Order: sequence, then C-alpha cells, then structure tokens
Amino acid sequence: MRAEQDPHAAIEAYLADQAEKTELRFLTCGSVDDGKSTLIGRLLYDSKLIFEDQLDALEADSRRQGTQGENIDLALLVDGLAAEREQGITIDVAYRFFATDRRRFVVADTPGHEQYTRNMATGASNAEAAVILVDARKGVLTQTRRHSYVVSLFGIREVVLAVNKMDLVGFDQAVFDAIVEDYRAFAAELSGDLNVTPIPVSALDGDNVSSPSGRMSWYEGPTLLGHLETVEVDSDLDGRPFRMPVQWVNRPDLDFRGFSGTIAGGTVRPGDPIRVLPSGQVSTIGKIVTYDGDLASAGPGEAVTLVLTDEIDISRGDVIAAAQAPCQVSDQFAVHLLWMQDAPLYPGRQYYLKTGTRTVPCVVTDLKHKVNVNTLEQLPAKTLELNEVGVGNISVSDRVAFDPYQDNRTLGSFILIDRQTMNTVGVGLTDFSLRRADNVHWQALSVDKAHRSALKHQKPCVIWFTGLSGSGKSTIANLLEAKLHDAHRHTSVLDGDNVRHGLNRDIGFTEADRVENIRRVGEVAKLMVDAGLITIASFISPFANERRMVRDLLEDGEFIEVFVDTPLEICEQRDPKGLYRKARAGEIANFTGVEQDYEAPEQAEVVVHTVDVTPEQAAEQLMDYLRTQGFLEA
Amino acid sequence: MTRHLTHLKRLEAESIHIMREVMAEAEKPVMLYSIGKDSSVMLHLAMKAFYPSRPPFPLLHVDTTWKFREMIEFRDRRAAELGLDLIVHINQEGVADGVGPFTHGSSVHTDVMKTQALKQALDKYGFDAAFGGARRDEEKSRAKERVFSFRSAQHRWDPKNQRPELWQLYNGRVRRGESIRVFPLSNWTELDIWQYIHQEDIPIVPLYYAKKRPVVERDGMLILADDDRLPLEDGEVPEERLVRFRTLGCYPLTGAIESSADTLPAIIEEMLVARTSERQGRAIDHDSSASMEKKKQEGYF
Repeated sequence: MRAEQDPHAAIEAYLADQAEKTELRFLTCGSVDDGKSTLIGRLLYDSKLIFEDQLDALEADSRRQGTQGENIDLALLVDGLAAEREQGITIDVAYRFFATDRRRFVVADTPGHEQYTRNMATGASNAEAAVILVDARKGVLTQTRRHSYVVSLFGIREVVLAVNKMDLVGFDQAVFDAIVEDYRAFAAELSGDLNVTPIPVSALDGDNVSSPSGRMSWYEGPTLLGHLETVEVDSDLDGRPFRMPVQWVNRPDLDFRGFSGTIAGGTVRPGDPIRVLPSGQVSTIGKIVTYDGDLASAGPGEAVTLVLTDEIDISRGDVIAAAQAPCQVSDQFAVHLLWMQDAPLYPGRQYYLKTGTRTVPCVVTDLKHKVNVNTLEQLPAKTLELNEVGVGNISVSDRVAFDPYQDNRTLGSFILIDRQTMNTVGVGLTDFSLRRADNVHWQALSVDKAHRSALKHQKPCVIWFTGLSGSGKSTIANLLEAKLHDAHRHTSVLDGDNVRHGLNRDIGFTEADRVENIRRVGEVAKLMVDAGLITIASFISPFANERRMVRDLLEDGEFIEVFVDTPLEICEQRDPKGLYRKARAGEIANFTGVEQDYEAPEQAEVVVHTVDVTPEQAAEQLMDYLRTQGFLEA
Repeated sequence: MTRHLTHLKRLEAESIHIMREVMAEAEKPVMLYSIGKDSSVMLHLAMKAFYPSRPPFPLLHVDTTWKFREMIEFRDRRAAELGLDLIVHINQEGVADGVGPFTHGSSVHTDVMKTQALKQALDKYGFDAAFGGARRDEEKSRAKERVFSFRSAQHRWDPKNQRPELWQLYNGRVRRGESIRVFPLSNWTELDIWQYIHQEDIPIVPLYYAKKRPVVERDGMLILADDDRLPLEDGEVPEERLVRFRTLGCYPLTGAIESSADTLPAIIEEMLVARTSERQGRAIDHDSSASMEKKKQEGYF
C-alpha cells in the first residue's frame, strides 16, 4: 500500500485525527488543603505532559520544599509564582493544558481561600464545567458552598464533586455517600440547576483520576478523566438567535465595508435579515468574509467579517442580531455584581461599563442587597466590598443592546472600570431590563437654556470650589457672588454646610455618603445652569471621581473647577469652625485631611493659592477668568 | 460553548478576537516580532484578523545583534512579502559598551540588549499596546499571566495585582505612559503551534529544520558557529553535525539538538516523543527556578 511507503503516514494520520478534536475548558476549585494542585499535577503526569527536565527540577524542588517526604510532590508542578511557593498556597488563576486521545483540556486552577473569590469567578467565566474538590475527612465546608454558588451564578451547569483523599478515610463508601448527600441538599438551594457528578478519588495515588481504583470496588461510575472526556457541555448556542457584537469596522478601501466580530450566538447565512442594535436599522447579510474565503454559514465562536447589502451606519459597540429575534435595548438594568478591588463600590459613583464591545459611563443607582455567599442569605447593603456579591440596579448613559446572562453569556456580562485608575474593579451579570428606559420620556421643552441665559446676558456655568475644610472656599465664593451681583449678574450659591441642613440632611460623612452628597448637588447645579444661572458651588468634594461626575453632567466648558489650594497645616492652624481640633480629638469621624484623603485636582481651570493672595484678590482673579472666557457679556 | 469548532479553529478565533479588541481600543499598538515560530503564527493570525485590510500596526523587532543570520534574512523577507512596516530597534548604548553574551554573560546581555532595549523602543515610539507571542504552557509564571497584561509606566509587571479578566471582556484602558502587553497565543500549546503551522502552511525560519551545520559543544549545549564572533577555545573546531533548533534566540545562548527532522511532520513526531521541554535549550531559564518571574517583573517579555 502506498501509505506504508510514506514514512510520515502515521504522523499524518495522527495530525488528521488531532485536527478533529474538540476542547473542554473547566475549572477546579477547592479549599486550601483539598489537594487541588496535586490533582492537576496528577492529570498532567498521567497524560505524560511532564518532561524530563521538568521532572528533574520537580525532584529537586520536592526535596527542598515538598510535603511528601521522599516522593515527588505533584503540587509543586503547578504552584507557579515564587510568592505562592513560599506560602504553600495558590494565589491566582493559572491555566494548564493537557490532552487525551479524545479531547483537549484547558484547566483554570483557582485558589480556594476566601480573599481570592474574584479569581475563582475569573476561572468560572470561561469554563464549561467545574470540578469542586472536597476533602473526604472534612466534607462540605463553607468554601465548598461559596465555590458552588459562584459556579452556578456564572452559568456553569456541569459540576464534578471530587471527594479527594479517600485513602485517608479507608476508602469508606459511607463517608463518600454522606458527603454526596450533604452536597446535593445544598446544591438544590442554588438557582442554577446543577448537574452534579460525584466521584471518589485519591489524587495523591491516582485512584479514579485517570484509571479506575482497585481499592473502591463499590464505586461503579466513571473516572474523573473518563467523565471529562465524554461530558456533553450542553450549550445550545447554535440554535439560539444570531448575535454578533461589532468589534471593528473593516474598511481597507472605498469599495469594501465590513463589520468584524466574533459570533456570540446562533448561526448566520448570506440572505439572512438582520437588525442593528441599539439603532434598530435593518438590512440583510450579503457575504461572510474570512481570509480563507467567503463562508456559506458561520456559528458561535467564529471570528468573521460581515458585509451587508445596505449602506447603513454601524460602529464598534453595536450588535448585529437576527431581525426576527433581536436582543433587547435598555439603559437601566437589574444586575448581579461581584466586587473585585479593595476600594468599595459606591452607589452613585460613575464607572465605565464594558459589555460586548461597548463601553459607556454608568452608575449603580440602587444596591438592593448583598448575598452571603456561604449561606445564600440576603443582607442589606450600602456598599460592596472586595469579593462581595450584590444585587442592584445599574443605569448607563446611553442605550445598549443586551441579553439576560442566562440566555447569552457574552451579551449578558459586563465589567466595571474605575475612571481614575482604569482598573477593572467589578463585574456583573445582567438579569433583566428595568424598562423604565421605555417609560420615562424626556419632556421636550420649547424654552431652553440658551433662551434663558440670553435674557440675562450671561453664559451659565458652575464655578466649583474644592479644597480642604478651612481653605477659604466659602469666603472667596461669597466675595465672588457679591462682585457678580454688583455687575448685575444672576447667580446662586450651593454651599456644603447649607445643603446638609436641607437637601442632604438625611446623609452622613462616610465615603458612600460623600459620593451621594456630591451626586445630588451636581444634579441641582445642572438644573440651575439650565435656568441660566451662574452657579457657585462650594464643597470639600475630596474625590476626583465625583468632581468628574459633575463635570460630565454638564456641557463642555460649563464646569469651572477652582482648586483652593491651602496646605493642611495652614487650614488646621486657621480652624475657623474648630473642626480639626475635634477631629484630632477623635470626636469627628472621616474628617477630610485627618482620616480621609483629599484627592487634589490635577487639571483645575483655576488654582487659588491662599497663602499668596487675599480672598479679595482671589475673587478678582476669578472675575478676570469669567470675563476673558466670555461668561460675562458686556 | 462552541463544541462544533475544532480546538485549533477555536484557538484561532479567540486570538483573532483578542487582536481586534486591541486594534479597536489602543491608540498606538505594535506587534513584537521575534521571528520565531510563535511570531510566525501570530503574524499569520493578524493577516486573518483584519482581512481584507492589512494588519493596521507595525512590527517591532528588538535586535540584540546576536540573532542567527538566517533569522534576520527571514525577518526582512517576510516583512517585504507581506508589505508590513518593520521597526528594528537596537540598544545603541549597549552596542557602544560592547555588551555581548561572551563578554558579559547571558544575564547582563539579555537585560541590556533585550529587556532595556525593549523598554527604550516602547518609550521612544509611545506604544500603548504591544502584542507578544508568549504562551501559558511555556513556563510556570506565564501560566498565571493575563491575556491583557498591564504594565506600569516603568514597564513593570505586578503578579499580585493583575487586572481581573473575565469572559472575553478585555480591559485595554491605560493612563498616559502605562501600557498593555497582549498575548493572543496565551491558550496555545507548543503542539498546537506546530499543528497550526502544518495545517496553514505557515513559513518558518529554516533553522527549525534539521541540516548539517557547524557547531561546537559547550556545557552540554550545541552552539552554532553562526559568525566569527564565536570565540573558539584552543583546539576547538566547529564540527558539522545534523542539527536543528526547537527555539530561536541569540545564537550563543540557544542550543541546537541533534535531529534528522527535516519536514514538519517529522518535527511534530519528534516533539511528541521528546523527553525535554522546549525552553530547556535556553540558557536564561537556568539561573534560578524563579528567574522567569523575576525577569518579567523587570519588564522582560
């Protein structure tokens, strides 16, 4: 036969075989000593993915740091970072790869202990199955419950309950059965309808990992690897309505205009009618373009470029969807949130929200409750701390296309980004639209801001004084208003102390309250600007984020940030209201400059150095600014 | 999620998605092109990602001046064939100081001519996103790195403070001076790379194929006598042996292996029965078992 003459026939056949393999992505989670790293080390070892040089290094490491005496410590294979090795724990998500004759696997190895729940969520977000480890001696622990909750929240249905260290309980079936029963009772409380497969294993010795154990004849189910090789991760994305978030408008020349993206659900064929969201425009698929030629159809996960039959306006962030079954569009959602950084989530503070390929400013308008992930109990919450899960409402500045997370992971998930640090600070799952977007319409007004301010011969604006307590904000603001009044300008003043007697008398001085305080003042200032007024606001406003929020509420050029730059020592020396003295004595909590940081503006329109100028001079400096910038017509 | 896709198709689509996200969000992206097989795959994926447009970013090669000559020829030929902008950066201070692997040792050479040179180039051109061909299966500390890996204005990687990365929602936002290293091949293994090169018929540097080449044996490593800068010890004569390279870098720091694999299927076959991992041929990893992590924190790729 010809094939036998080709020296590479065997390898060619192998490659052809490999090319047909599918992939399973799963995550492993367990408590600190459940033997998770050992289990993954065992899977790599059994699938012969450990090379000789790695084995040499491992043997040396095992002698130095291992916990298995003279034996190889498989856990050292996967505990990657030096810091982790010293502490003997896994502190971050690590990805491992191995393959069998039937499937290729990507394992997200996620840490078990409490403070790193965020990493587990990271692993869960891209996993199709989860292996939850339980120590046979300890049974279902608090962490086990937490891991299962996160797994179900993030939409994983296939769960393996791997009861490990069976060797340490004498391979006793009764122990195994009791743990399984305990776990099933808990899992029934979860919303996610988990499909649980319990398997008794000993990762250390390899029992029921890749080959059946001779020491647990009472167990008749599959080995762990056998199960992972065959489990159907039943995601019926193919049969769902077509969705593709547009990543990039592909325009090499005037003759070609395509929309590049990855299909997030459903299949698409030339001739299919589509609808573009949020605009609602309709068209038809002309071609599905790829480097390897045009396609007759494309399905979930494929990266393609769509050409439509009509010239319609589409940009990054839009979603191309099946015309008959488009996704929803809204600007207010009920969501689940998981907070991912040390600084807490404050309702009212602005963040960027990225969903699909769209990034928009957003505000968490209402936090309904947080969830105790160990007991599933709902607790009242004003903020969310690191690793906390909460349920609330989110409002975005523009309408976005979405699906509920349970229908489509891509269109129902989002991340929140801090506007100062640009860090990813939280993640969320969309539950449903609050639909207020459809019911609350803006009242169109026939007399607008321009008309009102024209009558007053002035350009309305907000002059926002920020600075430490005692820096001189109110003094200068008063003088400025007097000067404007003398010049027949129509003004109004919002003062920190005064609004707290009325508008904001229901809130205090915690960080969360300060955020809400400024949010309300910002909205009032905006109304005053709409009324055509030169609005003077005087607030410590210690956070750059909130000052930016007010700036963003207004039109370009309407927000004039005045930084009253007085050193803390001077303010404390002046202490006109005796507040610093009280704060130092511990009588006032959260006092800016004492307990709470003040974030100085980096790009204020005007900076007043009160050490060098009198309040009168400062007010005159501001009058000059208003004149030269055209706020005061002659 | 995408069970009808073969795993290579899934990896390909994922990499394309990543590249398009960077293109859409970064102000000034660049692709670090190291000429090796991973870079060849990355470049091929970029051709696919933006088709029919050309990849809308330049290639950057940090040339330590000690690369194999065949790598440089291959680099210039590929850039010309594909019509791409190629930026070659050399640390001229290092050249002026005469830094090289024989005179200064591997770690000083790598630091000055590679790590420092890379930082210089990124600063000089103001790139805010740089694609690299690193894979998570290469080395333990890489297994923990994000696809979008944040770097401070000093180009440092902080393994304990990485940005959360969920779903395919990558956060490419940075403040001025900060940057993102992007690894579109994160989830590929060495075997995937070779299979894909085979399936897609991707050109690679001929050094990967076995051929009679002049080598000297030192400390168990077979060093190619690639030019006359290789100092020969007394009585040492380069000897013609049938060798190839599993990984490419600076020729004095990259060991050849004896092999007769002169076709892709033969290379893959050899890899499948290999008893050592691919980085073993690199001198840099031997310093200490945490050396890669340390180098990464300092800004090495």
